[in-house]
Amino acid sequence: MHVTRLFILLTSLLIAAAAHADEGLKAGTFDPPRDAPAFTLHGSNGAPLKLSDYRGKVVLLGFGFSSCQQVCPITLGTLKQVNKKLGEQAKDVQVLYITVDPERDDEARLKKYLASFDPAFLGGTGTQAELAAVRKDYGVMAEKVAGPDGSYTHSSFIYLIDRAGRLRALMPFGHVADDYVHDVRLLLAAP
Amino acid sequence: MKWLRGFALLIALGVLGIVVWGAFAPLRFDSREEVFEIPKGTWARRMAGAKVEILPQQIRLTLGVHDVLLLRNLDDVPQVFGPTIMMPGQSFRLPFEVASTYSFACTAHLSGQMTIVVYPQPLSPWQRLSWRTVALWNAVT
Repeated sequence: MHVTRLFILLTSLLIAAAAHADEGLKAGTFDPPRDAPAFTLHGSNGAPLKLSDYRGKVVLLGFGFSSCQQVCPITLGTLKQVNKKLGEQAKDVQVLYITVDPERDDEARLKKYLASFDPAFLGGTGTQAELAAVRKDYGVMAEKVAGPDGSYTHSSFIYLIDRAGRLRALMPFGHVADDYVHDVRLLLAAP
Repeated sequence: MKWLRGFALLIALGVLGIVVWGAFAPLRFDSREEVFEIPKGTWARRMAGAKVEILPQQIRLTLGVHDVLLLRNLDDVPQVFGPTIMMPGQSFRLPFEVASTYSFACTAHLSGQMTIVVYPQPLSPWQRLSWRTVALWNAVT
């Protein structure tokens, strides 16, 4: 009887702790969380890139382009460190990076670019219209900068999507790998 | 004349007391959140041509005092607010741990950018006094 009560008490505490997990996140959190907008794009692995295929994993979703000189290399370098620090838990995390520059970023180029950080990272590309629709759903901004190098200014944050496919948080640019590791572990521990 | 001196001394002691309190009393607040809300009907007002500015061009936060930005969408439609899109009834809570200047793309601003300046935590008596003075100044202006 005592064991049953203890089990119920511990379970309640765990549920309560999970419900309040957002309060401890380093990233900006959404309350209530909504389902992450679905998308299907062309994956850098040659297969369709469907967000729903990653249910059960924590997804770190970012937007950028392979010719980016300023933001993307730093963000992807940080995410590489995150996977390294997560160790065995990295298998439950998927980094998805969607291009804002489909004219240059085809599947092969994205694959090569992302593999230079971590071969496990997956890129997504598509038509301008397909990519614009995904950006609109996520509130992501991307604008081509006038000039010869065809650069873009774009939102620099990373979305954190939990195992159930809910959009839980948004990590602004500049956070260190330890902040991501902290949040990813909280999301992995949540039911 | 004597009563005037006594009065002046009383005033001086009062000012000194306020300065000492301002410098040494710990900063305490009910909440560390700086809240901005999109009121219900904002979208309709914008559609009707009204110029509605909810977020200031620059938001100032202080670590350990007000270091959490809380955005709430109370309108009936999704809104791009600060760095993200928020559904009706949804809120976005962004804590800061590092003093710095943060720039976010924000379509709600004419400049397309929102800046958040996060100041270090006022730990020394002088910093606390300065912080309180600035806060008082901002409150009355």
